[in-house]
Amino acid sequence: MQRKKELGKDRLVWIYTQMVRIREFEEAVKRAFIEHPGAIRGHSHLGDGAEASIVGALSTRNDTDLVMPSYRCHGYPIVVGTPLRKMMAEIFGRKDGLCKGFGGSMHLADPAHHFPGTSGIIGQSIAHATGAALSAQVKKAGQVVYCFFGDGASKQGAFFESVNMAAVWKLPIIYVLENNQYQAYTHFSLEDANAVAGDPLSKKAEAFSIPGVTVDGTDPLAVRAAVGEAADRARAGKGPSLIESKFYRLSAHGNVITVPPLPTQFPEHEAVAVYGNKAEFEEWKAKDPVRQFRSRLVKDGTLTAAGAKGIEEAARAEVADAVQFALASPFPAPEEAVNYVYA
Amino acid sequence: MAREMMYGDAIAAAITEEMQRDPNVIFYGQNMGMTERDPMLKKFGKDRVRLAPISETAEIGIGIGAAMTGLRPIVELWMSEFMLVAMNQVINEAPRLRYMSGGQVSVPLVLKAGFGFCAGWAGQHSNCIYHTMMGIPGLRVALPSTPADAKGLMAASIRDHNPVIYLHHYMLTLDKGEVPEGEYVIPFGVADVKRPGTDVTIVATAWMVKKSLVAAERLAQEGISAEVVDPRTLTPLDVKTIVDSVKKTGRLVLVDQAPRHSSAAAIIAGEVAEYGFEYLRAPVKMVTALDTSVPYSEPMENYILPNEDKIIQAVRSVLVNQAVEV
Repeated sequence: MQRKKELGKDRLVWIYTQMVRIREFEEAVKRAFIEHPGAIRGHSHLGDGAEASIVGALSTRNDTDLVMPSYRCHGYPIVVGTPLRKMMAEIFGRKDGLCKGFGGSMHLADPAHHFPGTSGIIGQSIAHATGAALSAQVKKAGQVVYCFFGDGASKQGAFFESVNMAAVWKLPIIYVLENNQYQAYTHFSLEDANAVAGDPLSKKAEAFSIPGVTVDGTDPLAVRAAVGEAADRARAGKGPSLIESKFYRLSAHGNVITVPPLPTQFPEHEAVAVYGNKAEFEEWKAKDPVRQFRSRLVKDGTLTAAGAKGIEEAARAEVADAVQFALASPFPAPEEAVNYVYA
Repeated sequence: MAREMMYGDAIAAAITEEMQRDPNVIFYGQNMGMTERDPMLKKFGKDRVRLAPISETAEIGIGIGAAMTGLRPIVELWMSEFMLVAMNQVINEAPRLRYMSGGQVSVPLVLKAGFGFCAGWAGQHSNCIYHTMMGIPGLRVALPSTPADAKGLMAASIRDHNPVIYLHHYMLTLDKGEVPEGEYVIPFGVADVKRPGTDVTIVATAWMVKKSLVAAERLAQEGISAEVVDPRTLTPLDVKTIVDSVKKTGRLVLVDQAPRHSSAAAIIAGEVAEYGFEYLRAPVKMVTALDTSVPYSEPMENYILPNEDKIIQAVRSVLVNQAVEV
């Protein structure tokens, strides 16, 4: 609550701006499957619906704190300052991409902006993030690691082993369990013991005797309050916390898995496509965190409608420029492929 | 200056010296650094020497994350098979992250484990799993066969900027040999001719080097001059030294403790078939473990493993057509 008071108008506007930039970016990626068929290969995973959670969490971050999400990784670097041009060029497999075309959508990395990289294998990067927290502790760097992963990943051994070790070693890390309600195509209620028992997923924290809370992940300020407390605790040397940030993934898990030359694009959300539950999808769509936060800021006078529109137009222009940059960037020379195997 | 040391102590000496040299080197694993009496803990403190729970996925994954962010972790895994519990981290994380990032990050990590423990440990603790790792681009694999190599390769592993699987052989732990004192680093990818010879090339790794040297000594008594080559690292593999030796001898026997189709020998045979075929005067012969798991009972364990007699027999078989050559 105290953190909410600390927030001046600039910071609130900053939060909204980052949320909009993420949303515009993800929508552009989604549109690219139709507007530029074949430009994006493999599998892309979008973070629309996660904006409040991502930005609320990262709004508590100090400049050198590390950010280590999963393969659903577009939103975080946008907030920490990675140029959108380089991100989009990477997703398009181009030479000017963040990773020079070696990684693609699932493997963005920008260590210069404290975003060391991601794993495409569910849950595995939780261990890497924990290792980054070990580095911070050994080097007495004062850094905190922001580790993000999904509800599905919280069923992986890597999660349990890593949180146990972080708790034993009192590592400076925040585990943000983004419960976006679907593990790929499976609703979390079908595979999570806490959910089956009617408990929040943050109950897992009890197994490690660390703090665990569940917050409304559609409200950036609620996420900020919980993550801020966890960050304080981590920075004070008291060890990890688990935060279940509950929101709803607004796009399908990823683009349709097709075999070339069949085109691929985003299918309908699993709630509709798999479970036939259009009502659930519509209900959560109505709670769209970006629109929700916009109304709130306009209502309380932090933003005018024109001010909000200006932010949205600027983000749209920035993203359009990133797409043009990506399309104009050359492909890497084929023989580049033999680089970077060994350091 | 060199002094006599045991293989196991030579590894510890390298770790100690590298930790003294570089404050970013840390060392952790299960059942180590448990009390304040632990000598490494005393020397380097609890930040750098740590006890880990039985959590291979996290131990290795944490090592990867720490390596990505500036430390040089050595993870003590004790037995190489324990890595199988965390195979995704070993094979699909550690060696991929640098490449996928377009060279932005590196993973200077040492996974230290013993292997090949053929002293009644039965099916799950006696294996040779290096074949699984040696073909993974981004990983390095070191297999020291002497105390000196154990020290020099450990120092190189810690200094390397890539994930290294450092596999020491349990059966060599107490073997003594001259070990250089102070800084001693053996570059990766440089094979060592452990015994020069002219009639046949024997390529062997780790414990099999020791057995091959005994076999070579016995063969010498029959007037057969065997050259014993130890690649020392499987990745990178010094194909040139092996092919150069075959060029000289015209004959190749590969000795490997792993089963035939999961052996490094099979890979080396392929390299020699491509780059040294013209020098071969007899078919390549592989002396490997039989295609079984490792049995518990001693007579059966001995039966499935390569030994001096099997090596000698293989050498004789590749030399048998020597007399009929024009």
